[in-house]
Amino acid sequence: MTAVEFALLCAAALLALGPVAILLGRRAVATPLIYASSAVLCLALTGAGVAVLAGMAGVSGRVLPIGLPWLGAHWRLDALAAFFLLVVGFGSAAASVYALGYGRHEHEPLRVLPFYPAFLGAMVLVVLAHDAFSFLASWEVMSLLSWALVMAHHRAEGTRHAGYVYLLMAGFGTMALLLAFGLLAGSGGDYAFDAMRASDRSPAMAAAILALMLLGAGSKAGLVPLHVWLPLAHPAAPSHVSALMSGVMTKVALYGLIRVVFDLVGPLAWWASPAVIVLGALTAVLGILSALVASDIKRALAYSTIENIGVIVAALGLALAFRANGMTATAALAFSAALFHIFNHAAFKSLLFMGAGNVLTATGQRELDALGGLIHRMPVTAALMLVGAMAISALPPLNGFASEWLLFQSVLKSPELPQAGLQIIVPAAGAMLALAAALAASAFVRIYGVGFLGRPRSEAAQKAVEVDRFSLAAMAALALICVLAGVFPGVVLDLLAPASEAMVAARLPVQADQAWLTLVPIAETRSTYNGLLVLVFIAFSASGSAWLVHRLASRKLRRGPAWDCGFPSDIANTQYGAGSFAQPLRRVLGTVLLRAREEITMPPPGDGGPARLRVHLRDLFWDGIYQPISTVINAVATQANRLQFLTIRRYLSLVVGSLVSLLLVLTIWN
Amino acid sequence: MELIANLLVQGAQMALVVALAPALMGLVRKVKARMLRRRGASIFQPYRDILRLMRKEVVLAENASWLFRVVPYMVFAATWVAAALVPTFAVGLQFNWTADLIAIVALLGSARFFLALAGMDVGTAFGGIGASREMMIASMAEPAMLLAVFSVSLVAGSTQLSTVAAYMATEDVGLRVSLGLALVALVIVALAENARIPVDNPTTHLELTMVHEAMVLEYSGRHLAMIEIAAALKLLLYISLIGCIFVPWGIAGEAAGVMSYPLALGFYLGKLAVGGVALGVFEVSIAKMRVFRVPDFLGAALMLGLLGTLLLFVSRSL
Repeated sequence: MTAVEFALLCAAALLALGPVAILLGRRAVATPLIYASSAVLCLALTGAGVAVLAGMAGVSGRVLPIGLPWLGAHWRLDALAAFFLLVVGFGSAAASVYALGYGRHEHEPLRVLPFYPAFLGAMVLVVLAHDAFSFLASWEVMSLLSWALVMAHHRAEGTRHAGYVYLLMAGFGTMALLLAFGLLAGSGGDYAFDAMRASDRSPAMAAAILALMLLGAGSKAGLVPLHVWLPLAHPAAPSHVSALMSGVMTKVALYGLIRVVFDLVGPLAWWASPAVIVLGALTAVLGILSALVASDIKRALAYSTIENIGVIVAALGLALAFRANGMTATAALAFSAALFHIFNHAAFKSLLFMGAGNVLTATGQRELDALGGLIHRMPVTAALMLVGAMAISALPPLNGFASEWLLFQSVLKSPELPQAGLQIIVPAAGAMLALAAALAASAFVRIYGVGFLGRPRSEAAQKAVEVDRFSLAAMAALALICVLAGVFPGVVLDLLAPASEAMVAARLPVQADQAWLTLVPIAETRSTYNGLLVLVFIAFSASGSAWLVHRLASRKLRRGPAWDCGFPSDIANTQYGAGSFAQPLRRVLGTVLLRAREEITMPPPGDGGPARLRVHLRDLFWDGIYQPISTVINAVATQANRLQFLTIRRYLSLVVGSLVSLLLVLTIWN
Repeated sequence: MELIANLLVQGAQMALVVALAPALMGLVRKVKARMLRRRGASIFQPYRDILRLMRKEVVLAENASWLFRVVPYMVFAATWVAAALVPTFAVGLQFNWTADLIAIVALLGSARFFLALAGMDVGTAFGGIGASREMMIASMAEPAMLLAVFSVSLVAGSTQLSTVAAYMATEDVGLRVSLGLALVALVIVALAENARIPVDNPTTHLELTMVHEAMVLEYSGRHLAMIEIAAALKLLLYISLIGCIFVPWGIAGEAAGVMSYPLALGFYLGKLAVGGVALGVFEVSIAKMRVFRVPDFLGAALMLGLLGTLLLFVSRSL
């Protein structure tokens, strides 16, 4: 059995688990059975991906006689698909293990269980598809099933609105993809990927396809300004599904982008790349700024997903710019940075969403300002969340830093680009990415500091208890991946090298050959980074200094009330909260980008009442783009509504009139 | 044999930075006191302070978590590792290739991340105000620093500090506008990151003006001592960094033998002293800014860094 057949069988089994869940109904065995089988199947898929990447199994394809009769369904597991299969596989496996514990709290399991495994199967099929029809069909199934999962708690406030916006945006995205594949197939109309790859097209046509892909895949991944649905829909789903949507499904969307833009379209002119770079950098900054002011923990995480997607898309844009100029080695550097960040983000974002799910289970709260002090009540969750927060803030020696470091190294190669425009744009985008990275650290200090540290701000937070072992085990596995990928980045980079070779015709130097497992992307005199040694040095000097201090100096310790400059207060709200922590940055950066406005109502002199501060935030894109569009559509619909109440005579004359005018157009055309 | 010698030099360098850092702090304080016509404490006073703090017991707030107790050592370790990666008196040391300039920026970011978390841990108003403002300052300072790093490494063709320092010491660098801009940006960042006037006041006793000090308000005893050492190390790191990039003269090259080290060490101590005196003089001659003026100040650093980088694209010789 070839690798692709194995992967297809696993995907089919995942799809079949959906009806099984319906048959099992409300039996107690349903939840553990479905999630455990999903976990096993996803692990097997991860194994298949690794086997192809490591060269243990060859690249294989398969045509099945389903779908369009003259086309069949093409499936193929090549290096790029294998890499994404690996990402989808481990992310989904972790989410399934997590759900073994988390899913038990589900009040209406039948709203989640049938859709969940089928959603996983659809994501796998998107990655495996090798013709436009199977790709789009799998893509739509993935969209609809994830929509069903978002709507699982449809009675909760805001969920229906989120689902509505998501459905609209998903429809728009698929329409753009449909047009993109239409252009790709050209007049020949062959929808197999192999035929698309082989045909030639003009640079303008290629750029049009790129633009349509940015609209189609970008809306699913959360690129600004198509991101509006994401911070609504991702938090509304159950937490293991949020983890999947943010950590894995956005990566499947990026897979679509990479597959078309790097593989099927063929060579793109250099002038197509600045738009991608700028779009990515803008997405990164706007995403993290919104994360910084969001007061709901899952919403803040969803906004941070937008930031990371921006970082990845900017890296892909860099790879396009370098590839268009024939600098394949540097293109491989940027492309590997993008793939590595995709891998890393799948790990730490899933971890963080699971942590948020634990908080939700333990306290029933998502508002940061109702949390606090959870590090005492939920020590394991808190420790694992800390690893995730450090990784996503790009702190060495964890994995987030390794991929951002590679990205900055490729930004530094920009002087070698021949075009003056790119030479200016790339460092400016680099500055924006640096700003986004620094803001990410602030955002996660805020989420972690307000949520897990300090004193509890509500009774629910005070009474929180640690969650079950399955959830913690899944999180621990992801945290371990974050640490290992940060300490041994060379292993992941060597694993993804075949994908880079297939897409940009070059790869990074073999990292396993480097002395001391150092990361050397270009040359040793230029830049090196060794995560292992950084970890060893930090661990050694921290434990060594602690040991010395305890040994030679004092080890006495006394507990007392907090000092707080002599005026400690028992009121939990005197601590800094989510809003107050964000206030300095909101004032500095948010007044323009988020239209942040503060309104202070002071009591009149002599009145002892409280002063009040209200903060108003507006979404520029919602107000500037979506609101006008919906106004226009509503107005047109109101006008068109009149057509519903005509007499039969008028309807007939309308039909005749349109028929005549169409015939007229046809005559003039010929 | 060579490995052992290299390790010894590396070890000596690591020990040297820790040993010198409090004296540098003392020097700055002494200069400031003399400029204000006070006599001031001895430059060795910081050593005595640290020893005194080390011997005292720790008074821990009742709801402080394990994180609060781990953070001082983590902050110290991250800062120390970063400081050990900056060439002080010799380039090409054993572990210089472990991390480059970007990683040094990120290591300092890790230290700050932990310190800000510790500020939030006890759940007091002052800890939060310190953490929030520190992260605001860092969000502006870190990109500015990265941009300064970009322009330096574009000139030198490397982000490895040893390579950069060795390149800067060669004749063919000359005076460049972009390096000048990067230097100004880096100095502004150094002032902000080390909580110096005009961004923050290291000696303030007025709570509402504190940033760094507010964040570490709940620390006492050995924990406070570790944080003080880390703060001193960070100051030394920035002065060494500016020294080895912009005034690399006198630094012992890769080929230079052990015999050149005493001279190089002398040069290094001289650079530190000049940096410390300059900082002291600067601090007494300027007023502290309001917190919301700080972003303008750091925004200027960001723009200078970007300008320096962009100038390099206009002409490689600028």
